[in-house]
Amino acid sequence: MSTIKIRSKRFADHTLVRTLIAHPMETGHNKNNTTGELIPAHFIQTLTFKHNGKVLSQCQMGYGVSKNPFFSFKIKSAKAGDKVSISWQDNLAYSDTQEHIIS
Amino acid sequence: MLTTRRRFVKKLLALSSYALSLGFSHISLANWLASNFSRQTISQSIAQLFPNQTLQTSDRISLKLPNTAENGSVVPITISSTIPDVDTIYILSEKNPVPLIAQFSIDPDLETYLGARFKMQETCDVIVVLKAKDQYFQVRQKVKVTLGGCGG
Repeated sequence: MSTIKIRSKRFADHTLVRTLIAHPMETGHNKNNTTGELIPAHFIQTLTFKHNGKVLSQCQMGYGVSKNPFFSFKIKSAKAGDKVSISWQDNLAYSDTQEHIIS
Repeated sequence: MLTTRRRFVKKLLALSSYALSLGFSHISLANWLASNFSRQTISQSIAQLFPNQTLQTSDRISLKLPNTAENGSVVPITISSTIPDVDTIYILSEKNPVPLIAQFSIDPDLETYLGARFKMQETCDVIVVLKAKDQYFQVRQKVKVTLGGCGG
């Protein structure tokens, strides 16, 4: 199952796109409660938001972003059937991409 | 033995897919700069991100931020602005170990609008900086944090 959920809603003058990513966003400073060992840092570093293949936003982030990150964007003009996609990469080189069709 | 081999294969797969994606997509445009996200103070961070720039305080940026965040590990923020030609949005938290939380490039096809959730270590100012045509605009808002979100 994809780690990315995308929802969109069209309004008269814009389209709101919301995304929720399942990711631990570990800082590297937290300790495991049972073993007392540090949990290694594991966080998303870059996120790309595309609309019909065109990159609309690129994000660089550190571990200051919350666990299971949420983002929302507003596209100025989007039609029903347009394709948006979100992809991320983290510091351990995992990545995921999800496409969504605006209804 | 088995676990290490398993781990090795997993990492190999992850790394090779990363290399492939770097080669064949536009993701490589977003180079992640470790220096921007290192542990430093807010003044060092601002000096590094905006060298020799003056950050003008602007009332044309509106922030939707809670005055009090009960849980510092999830602080919702919504940024919108009427400043034209904004191309980058920066979110900084003054007293976080890593002050820069995230930076977003904004295409002209996007409205100057952004929603996100971030962590705050303690009560401090949240600084949002917008870059528009080589000019920098900032707005600050204090958020009271009752339970820090970076350590726990």
